[in-house]
Amino acid sequence: MVERDESVVIRTISRILAPYIQLFALYVIMHGHISPGGGFQGGVILGAVFILLAISFGMEEVRERLAERILTTFTSLGVFIYAFIGFLCFILGASFLDYSILPFADPRSMGMLGIEIGVGITVMSVMVSIFYDLSTFE
Amino acid sequence: MLEFLFGKLNYITYIFLMMVGFYAMMAKRNLVKKLIGLNIFQWSIILYFICIGAKRGGTIPIVEGGHGATHVIHALQYVNPLPHVLMLTAIVVGVGTTGVSLAILLMIYKKYKTLEEDEILGRMK
Amino acid sequence: MNFYQLPFPITIVFVPLLVCFLIPVFGWWKRTVCYPMVVTAVSISFISSLGIATRVLQQGPVQYFMGGWQPPWGIEFYIDHLNAVMAVLVTFISLLVVIFSKKSVEKELPEKELPFYCLFLLLFTGLIGIVVTGDMFNLYVFLEIASLSTYALIATGEGRAAYSAFKYVILGTVGACFYLLGVGYLYMATGSLNMADLAGILPSLYGSKVVITAFIFIMVGVAIKMALFPLHIWLPDAYTYAPSAVSSFVAPLMTKVGAYVFIRILFKVFKPEFFMGVLHATDIMLWFGIFAILFGGIMALSQTDFKKMLCYIIVAEIGYIIGGIGVANPTAVKGAIFHILNDAVMATCLFMVAGMIMYKTKGHGISDFKAAFVKMPYTTVIFIAGALAVIGVPPTCGFFSKWYLLLGGIEAGQWAFVAALLICTLITIALFFKVIDQGLYIHAFKDASEQMETHQEIRSDDAPLMMLIPGFIIAAAIFLIGIFNQPILRGIIEFAVPKGLGG
Repeated sequence: MVERDESVVIRTISRILAPYIQLFALYVIMHGHISPGGGFQGGVILGAVFILLAISFGMEEVRERLAERILTTFTSLGVFIYAFIGFLCFILGASFLDYSILPFADPRSMGMLGIEIGVGITVMSVMVSIFYDLSTFE
Repeated sequence: MLEFLFGKLNYITYIFLMMVGFYAMMAKRNLVKKLIGLNIFQWSIILYFICIGAKRGGTIPIVEGGHGATHVIHALQYVNPLPHVLMLTAIVVGVGTTGVSLAILLMIYKKYKTLEEDEILGRMK
Repeated sequence: MNFYQLPFPITIVFVPLLVCFLIPVFGWWKRTVCYPMVVTAVSISFISSLGIATRVLQQGPVQYFMGGWQPPWGIEFYIDHLNAVMAVLVTFISLLVVIFSKKSVEKELPEKELPFYCLFLLLFTGLIGIVVTGDMFNLYVFLEIASLSTYALIATGEGRAAYSAFKYVILGTVGACFYLLGVGYLYMATGSLNMADLAGILPSLYGSKVVITAFIFIMVGVAIKMALFPLHIWLPDAYTYAPSAVSSFVAPLMTKVGAYVFIRILFKVFKPEFFMGVLHATDIMLWFGIFAILFGGIMALSQTDFKKMLCYIIVAEIGYIIGGIGVANPTAVKGAIFHILNDAVMATCLFMVAGMIMYKTKGHGISDFKAAFVKMPYTTVIFIAGALAVIGVPPTCGFFSKWYLLLGGIEAGQWAFVAALLICTLITIALFFKVIDQGLYIHAFKDASEQMETHQEIRSDDAPLMMLIPGFIIAAAIFLIGIFNQPILRGIIEFAVPKGLGG
C-alpha cells in the first residue's frame, strides 16, 4: 500500500502543481493535430497527475476521491465517445469514421478532436486503474 | 569500414538494442529482468521505425495556413508522418503488454513467494 | 437500406467491442443481464458473417473503406472467399463456446464472470478483426488485441497457469515484434501497407534483399503465433492449465487464425512465384510440417494428461496444414485450407469434452475418463465423434481433408509427407483407443460391480444440458461437413486456392 509521504514540501508542491499539469494535459490532447501530442500522450499525463497525488498523499485519500467504479465507467465512456462519433458519421450517410460529413465548420478537425478526447479519457482511467491494481498487494 | 559504421548508425543501434533485450530475455533468471528485456526488444523496433521517416532538411508535416493554403506543397520537403503514427499504436501495445505481464507476475509472486525462475521451477513440483 | 447496404463488416467487429465495454457498467447495475448481452453480441456477429458470406458468394469480394479513404491511403476491410469461410467458422465456434461456457465458468471461476466475459469478447473482437482486415498493420493491432486477452485469460487457470501464461507472454510478444519488423521492412521497400496494393507492387522487387528479409521476419513471427514446430513450446503448458472454457475457445481458433494469416501473406501478398521460384521456401515448410507431425504424434503418446495430449495433437495438425502448403500443388493446398476448417471443429469438440469431464470430476487426466461410458454416456458419444474425426474415418470431415492432403502428396511425389501422415494416423488411433479403453471396457465395469456391492448405484450423471447441446451441434457439424464436403470445396475453397501453383 502506498503511504502518505511525510515531507510537507512534497505534499504542498504536488498539491499546487496538480491543476497546472492537468491543464497541460488538456492542451496536449486538444493540439494533437498541429503539435506533438494527441489522445494517448495527453491521457498518460492526466493519469500521471493522479499517480503523483497517490504517491504524495497515500492511496486511501486518492481512492476516496476516485473510486474504481468511476474509473471503469470512464474507460467505457471514452470508447463510447469514439464509437458514437464513428456511428454518427455512418448514420449521416458516409462510411464509418468518415468525418467530412459532420455539420461543423472544419469537420475533419472537429471529428479528430472528439475522438482524441475519448481516447484521452480512456487512457487516463486505464493508467490509474493499472496503478491501483498493482499497488494493492500485501 | 568506418563509413559503413557511421553511415548506417541507426541500424547498428537498433540491432544492438534488440540483441541486448534478447539476451536479457534468455539469460537472466529473474522474471522481472526478462520482462525488462522484452520491453527493450519492443522499443528498439519502435526506434527503428521512427528513424525510417527522418529526412535531412525536412520540416514538420504540418501545412501552414490550414486548408486554405495557397502555396504549393512538395511532399519531399516534409518528414514522413506515417511511421510516427504507426509507432504510436505500437507504443500503446507495448504499454498494454507490460501491464498484463506485471499483473501475471503479481499472481506468480502470490503463489510461489519468489520471482527467480529456478526457485519457481523447484517449488512447482 | 436493402441487404447490400447493411454494414456487415462494421457490425462483425465493432458490436462485440462495444458490448465488451458495456459489460462492466451494466454488471454493477444488475449482474444477470451480462450473459444475455454476450450471447446477443456473438449472435449478431454470426449473422453478419453469414451475410458477408452470402454477399461474397453472389457478388465477389467485399470491400469496406474506413473513413472513406481509398485503399492505398486508408485502412480497408477486404473479404474474399478464404476470409468468408474463416469468418463464419470463427463466429460459429464462438457462439457454441459462449453457450458452453456458462456452466463451466460458474464452476471453475466463481465470482469472476464479468471480467471473464469482458476478456472473452475482446478476444473474439481480435480474432474476427484479424480475419476481416485487408491492411498489414491493422492485422498487427488486432493480433495484439487477441494475444493480450489470451494471456490474461490463460493466467486465470489453476496450478501452473500463471507461469505458463508468462512464458506465453514472452514468446508471443517476440513473435508479434518480428511480424511488426517485417511489415516495417516492407513499408520501407514499397511505401504501402495495404495487402492488395503490396501484391501489385512487390513482383518487380522480388530479387531485393529487403523483401526477402521482410518475408522471413513475417513468416517467423506468424509461425510463433501458429505454434509451428519448433516454435510451439508455449502451447502445451498454456492450453492445458487454462480454464476449460478458455481452452475450448482459444485452442481451436488462435492457431488456425494464425495459419490463415500465414496462407494469406504467402499466397495473396507474396505470390507463389516468390516463395517457389526465388526463395525455395516450400521445401523448408514441408520438412517443418513433417517434423511437426511426427513430433506431435510421439509426444502425445507419452502423456497421461488428456488436455496435454490434445495440445500435442494440435501441434501435429498444424504440421498437416503447413506440410500441405509446402507440397504446393492445388490438391494439397485445397486439402490444407479444408483442414483448417475441419481441425477447428474437431479441436472444439475434443476440448469441450475435456471441459465436461472437468465439470464432473475436477480433473483432466486420462484416468478421469474411468467408467465414463456408464456415468456420462452423451459426453462419450461426443468424444467418439471427435476421436473418429481426428483419426480420419469417413464420413467425418477429418477423412476428406486427409484424403486431399495424401492425394496431393502422392501427386507431387513427396513420399516422406505421405509416410508421416499415415504414421500419425496410426498414432492417433492408439491415442484415442487408450482413452476409450478407460471409458468403456471391462475394468470400468469391475469398478461398477464393486460399487454396486457396497450398495451404491451408478447413475448416469452427465454434464448439464447447456454444455451438452453445443457438443451435439459440433458433433453433428463434424458429420455434416464430411457429408457435404464437395459443395463446400467446389463452392468456396476452390476459389481460395491461388492460380499459378503448377500441376
